[in-house]
Amino acid sequence: MNKTDVLIIGAGPTGLFCAHQLGIIGLSCEIVDNLDKAGGQCIELYPDKPIYDIPAIPECTGEELTNNLLQQIKPFNVKFHLNERVEKLKKVENRWHVKTTGNQEFDVASIVIAGGVGSFEPRKFPLKECEKFEGKSLFYSIKDKSIFKDKTISIFGGGDSALDWAIELSNTSKVNLIHRRDGFSGAESSVQKVKELNNQGKLNLYTKYQIASLTGNEKIDSVSIKHDEGEVKEFKTDYVLGFFGLIMQLGPILDWGLDINKKTVEVNTENFETNINGIFAIGDICSYPGKLKLILSGFHEGALAARGCFKYAKPDEKLRFEFTTTSKAAQERLGVKK
Amino acid sequence: MAKVTYNSHDHKTHTIDIQNGLSVMEGAVQNDIPGIDADCGGGMACATCHVYVNEEWLDKLPTKEDGEEDMLDMAYEPKQNSRLSCQLIISDELDGLVVNIPSKQA
Repeated sequence: MNKTDVLIIGAGPTGLFCAHQLGIIGLSCEIVDNLDKAGGQCIELYPDKPIYDIPAIPECTGEELTNNLLQQIKPFNVKFHLNERVEKLKKVENRWHVKTTGNQEFDVASIVIAGGVGSFEPRKFPLKECEKFEGKSLFYSIKDKSIFKDKTISIFGGGDSALDWAIELSNTSKVNLIHRRDGFSGAESSVQKVKELNNQGKLNLYTKYQIASLTGNEKIDSVSIKHDEGEVKEFKTDYVLGFFGLIMQLGPILDWGLDINKKTVEVNTENFETNINGIFAIGDICSYPGKLKLILSGFHEGALAARGCFKYAKPDEKLRFEFTTTSKAAQERLGVKK
Repeated sequence: MAKVTYNSHDHKTHTIDIQNGLSVMEGAVQNDIPGIDADCGGGMACATCHVYVNEEWLDKLPTKEDGEEDMLDMAYEPKQNSRLSCQLIISDELDGLVVNIPSKQA
């Protein structure tokens, strides 16, 4: 059991900055995130794209913003639990017990949900028959590439994951790469490489095709693809891989008894507490009149939610408002006091 | 102002007036038309406001930016007449636009 003052759900910019604000006022926290790294949408959706509306930072990328936030919370030694999704919530006297998919358990005074638009899950094929093969001969991510050696692999998608795996697996497998249009969203150098390999006969590229059907019993035998103009091709394949990026799903939080409206959690604007005492929501996941889904709004919400957490973590103490510029206590916590 | 008709996959029809400058996505969300999720809020970062545009309207719409085409790769069952409704900004010229909402957004 991990015992700490506050559990933050979501390691996006809002969750990270909330950890900073908790640290400044002397509360401890740990962060859970379903992805394998911190940064949330900034890292998953636009690591290289510029952001222009972070106060006092004229321009930065999602990755730079994340790295700066991680740097900023370094003094507080925040513990991260990545690749974990929160699942069960239980009230035990005046504390909360939270359990994750990986059986991590937390005992906390309060919870801050900074979950964006939910946890990221892979987008799947629209075909019903894909489900029965999933995890056996159909995958949306690769854990062990050795199983593909000397097999026929059909990869769908046009982003970096699809291109990178097509290139990599073409060394040891027979690869078909299928994409719905001629253009690709992946890196131009990878697109060139794929076209080169196609010309050399080292992989087969099919553009303007999409999946039409799969056949097989225990495992996939063959896949059919359909051209924009209607022509259908069928070929034998051992494995099918789909790389269509990630979608965001609210998941088990939906069952926690929170007031939810259009996939967002309703909060007050005084301290961003939800309808359940001790559970706060900040960032894209919260809603209130006038809500803007901007990173800067999430920072504000995190600062207030952190102060809202104080009375649950330290019910006998009074929180005084202080500036980091002049507060000895805050500077000690930051490790900068001379 | 333009009248926009949204056909759902289960044959329900909603027709609403949308002010110039708002997007087809915002028109749907503000009028509680189901089937357009718009998870990212109109940032061209999620493909959950995907619609199919009636053929006769395709040429009259603003052309797709690269980013929109890239995001449509991620949409559920994209077709040649697929658009992200957050990128369709209403003007008088779009009066009478008809869009069809896919059976799922993700």
